[in-house]
Amino acid sequence: MADIIQVKNVYKSYWRDSFETSVLHNISLTIKEGEFLALMGPSGSGKTTLLNLISGIDKPTKGDIIVNETDISKLGESSLAKWRSSNIGFVFQFYNLIPVLTAYENVELPLLLTKLTKTERKQHVETALNIVGLGDRMEHYPKQLSGGQEQRVAIARAIVTDPIILVADEPTGDLDKNSADEILTLMDRLNKEFKKTIVMVTHDPNAASKAHIIKHLEKGDLIRESV
Amino acid sequence: MKILKLIIKNTLRHKLRTLLTIFGIAIAVIAFGLLRTVVTAWYSSEKATAPNRLIVRQAVSFIFPLPYSYLEKIQRVPGVKEVTFANWFGGTYIDKSQFFARLGVDADTYFDVYNEYLLPKDELATFKKERNSCVIGVDIAKKYNLKIGDVMTLEGDIYPGSWEFVVRGIYKPKYEYTDATQMLFHWSYLDERMKQDMPGRAGDVGWYIVLIKDASQSAVISKEIDELFANSPAETKTETESAFQQGFIQSSSAIITSMNFISFIIIGIIMLVLANTMIMAARERTREYAVLKTLGFSGKHIAGIIMGESLFISALGGILGLLLTYPLVAAFAEVIPKGMFPIFQIEPITIILAVGTVLLIGVVAAIFPIQRAMRTNIVEGFRFVG
Repeated sequence: MADIIQVKNVYKSYWRDSFETSVLHNISLTIKEGEFLALMGPSGSGKTTLLNLISGIDKPTKGDIIVNETDISKLGESSLAKWRSSNIGFVFQFYNLIPVLTAYENVELPLLLTKLTKTERKQHVETALNIVGLGDRMEHYPKQLSGGQEQRVAIARAIVTDPIILVADEPTGDLDKNSADEILTLMDRLNKEFKKTIVMVTHDPNAASKAHIIKHLEKGDLIRESV
Repeated sequence: MKILKLIIKNTLRHKLRTLLTIFGIAIAVIAFGLLRTVVTAWYSSEKATAPNRLIVRQAVSFIFPLPYSYLEKIQRVPGVKEVTFANWFGGTYIDKSQFFARLGVDADTYFDVYNEYLLPKDELATFKKERNSCVIGVDIAKKYNLKIGDVMTLEGDIYPGSWEFVVRGIYKPKYEYTDATQMLFHWSYLDERMKQDMPGRAGDVGWYIVLIKDASQSAVISKEIDELFANSPAETKTETESAFQQGFIQSSSAIITSMNFISFIIIGIIMLVLANTMIMAARERTREYAVLKTLGFSGKHIAGIIMGESLFISALGGILGLLLTYPLVAAFAEVIPKGMFPIFQIEPITIILAVGTVLLIGVVAAIFPIQRAMRTNIVEGFRFVG
């Protein structure tokens, strides 16, 4: 399998007033296509920051990040936005659905940036919602769905553009055990059946157990890897 | 299309807040429309002027009279086609709140010079024959339910005493902006009473109206007329009818300036109301904008969504305000004394200004929230706790 994500000597620091806070120090890692990787570590260890860098929603202070043969650390804002829309699917802890849009409309959102026709968009949205088992909840608004169902809509939104990589930040962090298991099963299926490369940040060892590789961060350093 | 749907749904997210903002804008647009209508009504008298009519008045002030003897001299000036004259009567009809112009005029010539007052030939002929008759504008006839043959009694102030006039004609305006709120009677009837009661004021004319053959000669003819009476006890000032009306308007310039100023204050208030709503809305949606950016929506998309919502709210408020302004202006036109604003209606310029202002406000109110949304990066957006 080819390396789909290469993180090379990456540093990241933030400025708060006049204080520089270093979050990641000289991180290097590679993720192969089709892998399911979990990033674990205590709060403040830099795992979400690393995920943000890999998914192109933040930029490194130093170092290179090559994803699917593109050095995303060199891209400008608009190119990066375009790149994200076609390469990355996002799943967040708090689902982050737009409350005034139905499940169908939420899933359709990323497709509005493509040149697909209305009929083609409809096909894609229905397929994505059927994959996550919510084909019968298309016209429901987020507030009419349970937490688990909302997260499944968010996953449908993440896969509707058929991205090569899924990034998930604590996808089960706000769910009860049953719902969390459903989501993890779904992610496992997306990895195995649909060959999605998944990078997941989690605190939960049960969630991490679904991954092929677990990388542990502490205070901005990768300290170990378990398989 | 889907983005438009999102804009509309966002607008309705806080229905009460949006409704209050829309009503706020609507009320401000109504106030703006009413004030602008008053201002345009003030200037409307200038529209009713003719370029080939000159007004000859006392040089010191309009309130001082001119001698009747000037008539023949003015008639002889080259380029003059017709001369008529009028006197401001004032007085009270019914009560002091009933305001409209009451003028003593030269019955033989007045309607020749003011051909925009459309009076049937038979009514004009009767008016000319009967010295205590009067002609009234159709608006006055409607307001006081007056018909031909009715008697109007005026209580004089400038010309003391009780004055009775028989309505012998009702004129209609030729143009939309022609004043249809005047009462015109024989100057000679007035002068007769003055000869008897106050001989010192007999033979006084308020002002002359000179119809000239060629409007382009107005300056030359004005100069010639004024030169005729130079160094006399009653020197004249001759100017075009338009300049004469502008002089009247200028005397009220402080009020008009205040109204213009207030109308712009109102624009500022609308802007603050909408800007406040948009800032709150954008702040609440900081996280959603971060989500949209994450999904690949650009800063331009986010700006479009915010701008669209701002314009949508301002347009709704503007439309509601304009729709309500029409009946309100019509109601005001009924209530205010006819003679004060003969033409009290919404002019196209008021609509253009209101629409332009509302659109401008929609754009300006969105600028700060757009700036904020564009400046906030995705990571900060997700960390934001509203």
